[in-house]
Amino acid sequence: MEGMGQFIVRRLIGMVVVLFAISVLVFLIFNVIPNSDPAQRIGGKNANQQLIDRINEDWGFNDPLPTQYVTMMKKTFTGDLVSYQNQRNVVDQIKKGIPVTFSLCIGAGIIWFALGVVFGYLSAIKAGRAADRALTILALIGISLPVFFLGEMLLYYVAFKAGLFPVGDYVKFSEDPLQWANHLILPWFTLAVLFIGFYSRLLRSNMLDVMEEDYVRTARAKGLPERQVRLKHVLRNSLIPIITLFGLDFGAVIGGGAILTETVFNLPGVGLYAGQSVASLDLPPLIAVTMFGAFFIVLLNTIVDIVYAYLDPRIRLGTQAAT
Amino acid sequence: MNRSARAQPESPLSVEDMRVRFATEDGIVHAVDGVSFDLRPGEILGIVGESGSGKSVTAQTLMGLTRSSNASISGSVRFHGTDLVTASDEQLQSIRGREISMVFQDPMTSLNPVYRVGYQIIEQLEAHKEMSDHEAKERAVELLASVGIPNAKERVDNYPYEFSGGMRQRAMIAMALALEPRILIADEPTTALDVTIQAQIMKLIQQLNEERGLAVILITHDLGVIAEVADRVLVMYAGQIVEQGSLDEIFYDPQHPYTWGLMGSLTRLDQPPPDRLPQIGGAPPSLLAPPPGCRFRPRCPHAFEKCGELPELEERFPGANGHADRCWLEPSEKREKREVEGRIGLGAPA
Amino acid sequence: MPPAEATPAGEPPLPVGDQAEVVGRSPWYLAYLRLRRNKIAVAFGVLFVLIVLFCLAAPLWADHVAHTGPNQNHLTEQITIGGKKTFVVAPNGIPIGPGLHSKFLLGADDNGRDVMVRLMYGGRTSIYIGVMAALITTLLAVAVGLVSGYYGGFTDAALSRTMDLIWAFPVLLLGIALGTALSVGGLQIGPLSVPADSLWIPILIIGFVYVPYMARPIRGEVLSLREKEFVEAAVAQGKGPIRIMFTELLPNLISTIIVFFTLNIANNMLLEAALSFLGAGVKPPNASWGTMIADGEDRLVTAPHLTIVPGVMIVLTVLALNVFGDGLRDALNPRAKIRMEH
Repeated sequence: MEGMGQFIVRRLIGMVVVLFAISVLVFLIFNVIPNSDPAQRIGGKNANQQLIDRINEDWGFNDPLPTQYVTMMKKTFTGDLVSYQNQRNVVDQIKKGIPVTFSLCIGAGIIWFALGVVFGYLSAIKAGRAADRALTILALIGISLPVFFLGEMLLYYVAFKAGLFPVGDYVKFSEDPLQWANHLILPWFTLAVLFIGFYSRLLRSNMLDVMEEDYVRTARAKGLPERQVRLKHVLRNSLIPIITLFGLDFGAVIGGGAILTETVFNLPGVGLYAGQSVASLDLPPLIAVTMFGAFFIVLLNTIVDIVYAYLDPRIRLGTQAAT
Repeated sequence: MNRSARAQPESPLSVEDMRVRFATEDGIVHAVDGVSFDLRPGEILGIVGESGSGKSVTAQTLMGLTRSSNASISGSVRFHGTDLVTASDEQLQSIRGREISMVFQDPMTSLNPVYRVGYQIIEQLEAHKEMSDHEAKERAVELLASVGIPNAKERVDNYPYEFSGGMRQRAMIAMALALEPRILIADEPTTALDVTIQAQIMKLIQQLNEERGLAVILITHDLGVIAEVADRVLVMYAGQIVEQGSLDEIFYDPQHPYTWGLMGSLTRLDQPPPDRLPQIGGAPPSLLAPPPGCRFRPRCPHAFEKCGELPELEERFPGANGHADRCWLEPSEKREKREVEGRIGLGAPA
Repeated sequence: MPPAEATPAGEPPLPVGDQAEVVGRSPWYLAYLRLRRNKIAVAFGVLFVLIVLFCLAAPLWADHVAHTGPNQNHLTEQITIGGKKTFVVAPNGIPIGPGLHSKFLLGADDNGRDVMVRLMYGGRTSIYIGVMAALITTLLAVAVGLVSGYYGGFTDAALSRTMDLIWAFPVLLLGIALGTALSVGGLQIGPLSVPADSLWIPILIIGFVYVPYMARPIRGEVLSLREKEFVEAAVAQGKGPIRIMFTELLPNLISTIIVFFTLNIANNMLLEAALSFLGAGVKPPNASWGTMIADGEDRLVTAPHLTIVPGVMIVLTVLALNVFGDGLRDALNPRAKIRMEH
């Protein structure tokens, strides 16, 4: 496939540059911009003078900024980051939480992509009619619900009152796959609703635009059955931006959105860890989570770009192909 | 309307009183308002008119491509015993691409950019005929070669953006002819191409018509193109046919003032150039509420009281033999009024 | 003479004469007509206005109906309900729920505070933050988008990379990072000083975080507008870049900006609720709908009204904005086909 190799190399180089810039930004956010003593900030509410002095040493807050930056990066990436509030190693905590967060996000991601595409497709082919209006209303409600509110409502009405599902908590897949899924169904659904709403409307909009394209008219003029026109010409071309977006959003969910769901359902993942750290104003975990979260997204974006280039051959050759 | 004299029993395509209306925000647009014609076997029928005359909508409606929730289509399009206006979706599907094919104006946007050209041809072949992928691919290569695409064997795997404009249009024609249809509808096939390529494409179409007896409906606003290849011509204005006849009749003995205007605005190599290019004054009418009576009346310098009544499309002089028009003027008046400064033209208001 | 067709909008039919004239109408008027036709969007727009008025009426309710402020505890008090004296907060810690009494119409919270009063005051905070942040986002995004799209070259590259950088962070994560980092000493950049407990901290954070989401599409539009002839003409006339941006480009962007602004308020309110829920947004003594839900979390099972009431308000407000914004978008950018009555 011509140009694919070059394209991948270009994107990887770009990725490294962005990762560097992200690390600088995280450094600025946590150590430069705020208007308080950094050591005090990091030590937390109950830090005494002894602790503050130790932190100053450890983190090099008396050194020039660039050195501080290097120190911070070293600590973060060698796993030498410790929370001064509970004495636990941050990176270890994050590692423990990853399988839970992934379980939550991957499951939700599959659900929201599948349902988003199905609802969006149906909305588009029945545009203007009752089914479309109903789906649009549902989608709009979906994107207006705060994730944590939906979670709490489901927890209260469906789990607690109706007893249909367990009231939060997590069961490891290796222990009991069925219970693992049982405990995750409500969180999956909670996380998925917002995106189902958004994606179905986006796909609907794309499909309606693509339906007006000349090549769709050509496909009909060739005598292709309507379903083939819809699936192979309209849907195929409409999905391309959706797939890109999915890559972005999936990264965003892992890096951020899961925080709310894990907090509400008490799932011991990275999100819950982050949420607890916010509540206790414990900065070292947040530094690590922010950094790794952003890194993960950039990595995912790069992969998505490469997949996109494979799907839409014009992208590979850049502007030449667009003429 | 007096049709029996002209009806050809073996007419592959027969259109009777086609009317197409679209609902828009501003009201109902009467895009096609009572169009009737027959396509004779093996002929190249040209449909000529300005933008907004309804020629493209007519062409697309023939194959049912204008069906949608905001369109109202009436009349009949008879194709071998089936009325395409009322035909079911399945019936239309089996006819499209197989018995009647269409080529569109802009080859750049008419091909799906994410599929290879060969695939798009194969897709059409396999939709209508049982074929192995191997056979289909070979056939696709044959087709591309037959329309003059060099290196067809490699080119068949190219994406549309790797083809030039002229080549894309050839590929579209190849696709249209893949299943050897009886009728080809070409909607402004050369408008988006430059002049030299234009000539090649028109030659190709003419060749196909002569060699295979392929009937062609050619829609264009370019009279030069019509003059090259058409056998008969329909002149459309404001959603109606205002004149129809053979190529010679239209060019040398036009009966309708609009046609005179079209002829008059042509520059001709066999005559001295005029000082100013004559134009038809005014603008085409809005199709939201077409004026009553003759639609050309507001722009016609020869209008008189009778023009308040809409003329039918009829033969208006003895020996007309298919040459019909919508103008109330007497044939002798017409012959007189159309002479402007030694050539055919519309003339200024009296 | 055939009668004129009535236009779908129910407006007077177009004049028909020898040559029917099509009356030219400005695109703004057409958009307004389209919006008016969309009854649902208008209804939700009105709903939003009503909610704003409701929240603005907070002092009236507090003074004349409930006779209490949003932060006043009534932990040990009792009120008369249906003739019986009941504790505002029962000895087991459970506060009273909603009911038809002028005090504590929507119940009380753990500290004996009047939920209705807090709802109205909290709403003012939430809506205020949402709108202010939207203004900031819009101003920044338009500036960045215009400059980036118009000048191109290095300026564009630099600004776009910066936008990409912010965009690489999940919105919530970035909000949390900024919210917690700034929560101790506040913000101090040059002469700009914002104390940690000011509402401006969440406003600035939320305003900042969404800039790339608006700047990118605006930049895209500027890029395509820049190629149009009227810009070329303006340059040929000798107009400077700033003038061109304001007089030629900006008017063409207004419809996009209006739609984005409306939808942005909705997103801001959701983000503020999430940040406040986690503790990185609005801080005590200020209260917002998000903090109310956070307060109610522990009592979800025993006193669900503490979660349901502010939650439903958020959903209604955000939904109203989304539906209205959607209607605005359709009105300004019509694509929908009208169905033909047979």
